[in-house]
Amino acid sequence: MEPICNKTCLELSFHATDTEASAGIARLSSGLANHGLPPHKSDDVKIALAEAINNVVEHAYNGIAPANVQVTCRLDRDRLDILISDTGHPLPGFRMPDGTPAPLGETTQDLPEGGFGWFLIHQLTSDIRYERRDGCNRLSLRFNFGNAPNRA
Amino acid sequence: MGLTSASNGATQIITVHSDRIDAAMAIQFKEDMRSETETSADRVVLDLSGVQFIDSSGLGAIVASMKQLGKDRQLDLAGPQPVVEKVFRLTRMDTVFRLFSTLDDALSAPDA
Repeated sequence: MEPICNKTCLELSFHATDTEASAGIARLSSGLANHGLPPHKSDDVKIALAEAINNVVEHAYNGIAPANVQVTCRLDRDRLDILISDTGHPLPGFRMPDGTPAPLGETTQDLPEGGFGWFLIHQLTSDIRYERRDGCNRLSLRFNFGNAPNRA
Repeated sequence: MGLTSASNGATQIITVHSDRIDAAMAIQFKEDMRSETETSADRVVLDLSGVQFIDSSGLGAIVASMKQLGKDRQLDLAGPQPVVEKVFRLTRMDTVFRLFSTLDDALSAPDA
């Protein structure tokens, strides 16, 4: 087990609205970069984090008063773990969508204007877990750094 | 959300003056694109070089902007940063849009 002092924690909580989420995602992305997130992973993390938080804003609090989204990031030498929690509606069927991308269709007018969020999250993370507990959604995203230097 | 527009022959160049096209501004972007493209230009080049981040809502707004143009007009993209290019590539929207590394490349394309 790694001692806790090897890890860097970053926490942010904000109201689940488009505007606060946009600012929150930007703050988390720059905070993670400042805390040593490897540059080769930073785009993947930004995209997946934004999609996961947008899902909370658009779906979990759909039709009800938005409460907070709590994001906790734990940055380790070889990986980043992000926990996103909210008190909104559970995911349909208490399950994560499998992340099949929206089909592009035959013509320009058929092109999808959405339906890529879960696909991007699945593509860009090393592991995802979803849990509904005590009225909270808890979505965990893991990013392994892979080719990071690994010296004992 | 700020867009500015210029003409280069038959091509209209629209520059995005925002560092993000995300869920918070997707609707505004689509509306602004609608009013900016009320022109007779057959080809519109969207200069994304100042955009540091896009999410799938922003991508959807660009797709919607292309649909708004109708089938006789074309929307090409110029200057995407690596993270923007990645979102297009992963969603395979890079097979739908023509992406040029720079605005100059977009303007000097042979069939432009």
